[in-house]
Amino acid sequence: MTKTGLLTAAIAMIATGALAQDDNQLIINGETEMITEAPAPDYISGLKTIYSGWRFRDASLQQMQSDDFENPAVIAVDRATEMWSTVEGTADKSCASCHENLEADMKGVRAVYPKWNEKAGELRTLATQINKCRTDNMGAEEWKYTGAEMTGMEALISIQSRGMPVNVAIDGPVADIWKHGEEMYYTRYGQLELSCASCHEQNADNYIRADHLSQGQINGFPAFRLKDDGLVQVQNRFKGCIRDTRAETFNPGSAEFDALELYVASRGNGLSVEGPSVRP
Amino acid sequence: MIRTITAIAGLCLATAATAQEVAPVDVDYDDMGAIAVSLSGAPGDATAGQEVMTTRALGNCVACHQVSDLKAEFQGSVGPSLDGTGSRWDESQLRGIVSNAKMTFPDTVMPSFYKVSGYIRPGDAFTGKAGTEPLPPLLTAQQIEDVVAYLTTLTD
Ligand code: HEC
Ligand code: HEC
Repeated sequence: MTKTGLLTAAIAMIATGALAQDDNQLIINGETEMITEAPAPDYISGLKTIYSGWRFRDASLQQMQSDDFENPAVIAVDRATEMWSTVEGTADKSCASCHENLEADMKGVRAVYPKWNEKAGELRTLATQINKCRTDNMGAEEWKYTGAEMTGMEALISIQSRGMPVNVAIDGPVADIWKHGEEMYYTRYGQLELSCASCHEQNADNYIRADHLSQGQINGFPAFRLKDDGLVQVQNRFKGCIRDTRAETFNPGSAEFDALELYVASRGNGLSVEGPSVRP
Repeated sequence: MIRTITAIAGLCLATAATAQEVAPVDVDYDDMGAIAVSLSGAPGDATAGQEVMTTRALGNCVACHQVSDLKAEFQGSVGPSLDGTGSRWDESQLRGIVSNAKMTFPDTVMPSFYKVSGYIRPGDAFTGKAGTEPLPPLLTAQQIEDVVAYLTTLTD
């Protein structure tokens, strides 16, 4: 939309008071149906219904995400597909050496991460798992947690679960970590004293200046941000939101952000895996 | 009594700041969250107040509030419209709301513009790095007075 178009739309919305996410349906490439609205899980007391961030974006952005020919993330996905079978590291292996069939082996993976790793006795985000595969199985260097290689690989893996409902576990060995994440979600950080809930639970669907606030769901991550002309790693998004409260942020890959990611992912249990999504 | 202490504290600060400026830690809120006296000791300038309210690096009040009288683009809807707010609240109440809205609306999401400590992980402005309390308040005493002067003109 043009600048004037956006402005007119914003004025029209203020004038009519019609501030609502729409009820459009997302079908990718004309075939994969996405669940963009679902009943909130019962452990989220502040929400009745959960919505994908897609539902809060304007029509042209929604369109971009519904067709892979228009989704700018696809370039990064192609690059990651090459990486998948590129041998690197001292073990002389690529991802494909262990996971022969990308589509079959990675189907469903994105939907259940962050996930407890029994053997290691730790919670792993998808990015952590990718780096563990690189260091432990390939003898290769870790990728930067929020770097382009990492987000591209996350996008490639996410696509294999597209349409499947997010279904992260919140109990058992991760129960305490989940609880920590929940506590963070409601903590009012920084000089502006705003929590995630201040914006994404209490004010979802309101406007904060030009931004239409969504529920801050992460089922669409990594997200291609037009403003940055690149994929954004989910913990980098968390960092940006906390920075905007004039707070000292946490680092991507930290135990705190892993706990927050688990908790925020669980707020979207039931929505489809949509990554890579497109955002303004 | 409290008034006297504040007045004395004000006198002690006289060398550091201007004679009548009330420092953030010395502000005297009444039970309703209102502040009776000017924070800067000087009257506010309503035109300057408009600038504070629409400038991103200052109050950026329009991020959350809609004000028909202001020409700023993209006014938010997180807070109520401020049209007519000068009829709903008197000057001392408006001063209290802008300085620390939590004294009037306990759990509000509205930030406190004249408060310098008591934060969780306070940052150094928008750098994402740690800040050291006391932080500079979001607005100066005079900027608060300017905003209040403007808000009192927003009558029905
Ligand atoms: C001052 C308001 C504010 C706070 C506080 C805030 N956010 Fe956000 N957040 C935004 C805005 C604005 C956007 C962009 C529009 C949107 O998608 O909501 C956004 C976007 C997001 C997104 C991307 C959603 C998507 O569909 O692309 C996620 C995820 C997110 N926030 C998570 C969080 C988390 C977690 C916290 C707390 C650590 C948080 N936010 C705190 C304002 C905020
Ligand atoms: C992050 C959002 C946010 C920002 C920024 C913000 N406010 Fe508010 N404001 C609110 C909310 C929400 C309320 C309603 C009080 C409540 O929570 O019940 C409010 C209430 C008010 C009221 C009382 C409104 C009425 O008429 O009843 C005034 C006056 C006000 N704000 C002025 C300001 C000014 C001036 C600024 C900037 C210097 C500002 N606000 C910045 C969110 C905000």
